[in-house]
Amino acid sequence: MTTTAVRPRGGTRSDRLPGAWGLGLHRGALEIRQFFRQRDQVVFTFAFPVVFLFLFASIFSDDVRGAGITASQLYVPAMMAAGIMSTSFQSLGISIAIERDEKVLRRLRGIPMPPAAYFLGKIWLVLVTGALETAVLLTVGTTLYDVELPSDPGKWAEFGWIFVLGLTACALLGIAISSVPKSGKSATSVVVLPFLVLQFISGVYISIDTIPDWMLNIGAAFPLKWMCQGLRGVFLPESAKVLEQAGDWEFGRIALVLGAWCVGGLLLCLLTFRWTNRRDG
Amino acid sequence: MTADAKQLAVDVRGLRKQYGDVTAVDGIDLGIRQGEVFGLLGPNGAGKSTTVEILQGNRGRDAGEVSVLGSDPATGTRAWRSRVGIVWQDESAPAELTVRESVRHFARYYPNPRDPEEVIALVGLQAKADSRIKSLSGGQRRRLDVALGVIGGPELLLLDEPTTGFDPAARRQFWDLIRLLADEGTTILLTTHYLEEAEALADRLAVVARGRVVAEGEPAALRERFGTEATVAWVEHDGTPRAERTATPTRTVAELMHRFDGEIPGLRVTRPTLEDVYLRLTGQENAR
Repeated sequence: MTTTAVRPRGGTRSDRLPGAWGLGLHRGALEIRQFFRQRDQVVFTFAFPVVFLFLFASIFSDDVRGAGITASQLYVPAMMAAGIMSTSFQSLGISIAIERDEKVLRRLRGIPMPPAAYFLGKIWLVLVTGALETAVLLTVGTTLYDVELPSDPGKWAEFGWIFVLGLTACALLGIAISSVPKSGKSATSVVVLPFLVLQFISGVYISIDTIPDWMLNIGAAFPLKWMCQGLRGVFLPESAKVLEQAGDWEFGRIALVLGAWCVGGLLLCLLTFRWTNRRDG
Repeated sequence: MTADAKQLAVDVRGLRKQYGDVTAVDGIDLGIRQGEVFGLLGPNGAGKSTTVEILQGNRGRDAGEVSVLGSDPATGTRAWRSRVGIVWQDESAPAELTVRESVRHFARYYPNPRDPEEVIALVGLQAKADSRIKSLSGGQRRRLDVALGVIGGPELLLLDEPTTGFDPAARRQFWDLIRLLADEGTTILLTTHYLEEAEALADRLAVVARGRVVAEGEPAALRERFGTEATVAWVEHDGTPRAERTATPTRTVAELMHRFDGEIPGLRVTRPTLEDVYLRLTGQENAR
């Protein structure tokens, strides 16, 4: 701590500013409390992927030829991946745009808050809501659609890093896209459209062996396709590998792509994040 | 010069800011002493908010020297920010939290915060401490904004049009709160377009119009300086109302007395109010 700032008042007061990590924890607790107090937002966020899982997995329930699974089983990991992306990418993209519009961010810039504390708080929020969403979808999947929980601890370890890397990458992309809408009002449409498109071309709504290759290749440039693939690798039997583009789960490649998106997303956030909207300069 | 700068909480010289072709601030000089309440008075669009935003460190400037608590706000550090309290014109505290939660939370960012309970009491929100912010009235929200502005124990408090949209009773209560803070020794810069607010609160004020300071001083002195001419009004025998601006109203009345030989019909002698002075200074005289 430098001692250049002379304080005219108070002799023995400490000038130590609170650290970013501790403030980030407090912000996280605050974000979580605020989130759960907005009941409509809680219901909308959590129910959306569950309703979609129910619809798709109930409508398409036939056996998938040669893969030893049903279509319903395919939808469980797919919707889990979409659920992780919706609690991170979609909810951050929209809520930060609204916070910027309502000048919540500007106020935070006016107090001695290290910017990292704000982002840490958002990460904590997303970790908690993402874990809850995943747990709900997994419960529905195991009770209604015959998905079996893996007994091999190695599979759970793989699930762990796919969840953390996927969530982080999507959260960072959500923070980045929040700077695109001009106002909080337009945030929902700006954020939901790319999310919806990605869900179609990443194998969430439509099985990957049905999607044209060129579309899958576009989807493969983004995290969602790899999150779906990884979660299929964790929760589906080995016989289902035949449906994959490469005929394998490709865990190494998944780690590489998601890791790269974490780094790229962070750079994108650092370069584009704005604390005020365009009108306020 | 150096000794002078040390005493000034805010020192602004030749400040300029342009938005495209529009000059918002056109060479403003300000000197605000430690511990005083300084009013920046002017009509909407005069450049008050832009000036305050530059002092907060939230807006860049095109030219001029600015020192706030000894630092240039454009390069303000966290340590500097912890010494400056801000109350924005259009504030938004997190609606889902209670008053107590949000005051306690904001205290965490500062090295030497005030006691949250004490601050809640200071702004008179004890009865509402456990209410969600979304349930507060406009006046109560503004009080909370002030609570969040002073929770860090700032040496300088910047208030941008704090009472816009208040009813008269809420405004009076708010003034009492500002006086309380001033009595504690906080330096306060307050922008307003309400003349009576500047007169009631400010030790000194600067009148701003079209991006420039058109007058500066104590409210009473401003009235003295710009309001020495009185207006003598009366009604002629044929019923025509007459009025005369004069620096020597007594002599005018004596002359009239002589002419009318007794009672002067409809006689009125008026000194300009501070409002008249203000409207003349800001070029809005004809708007009345």
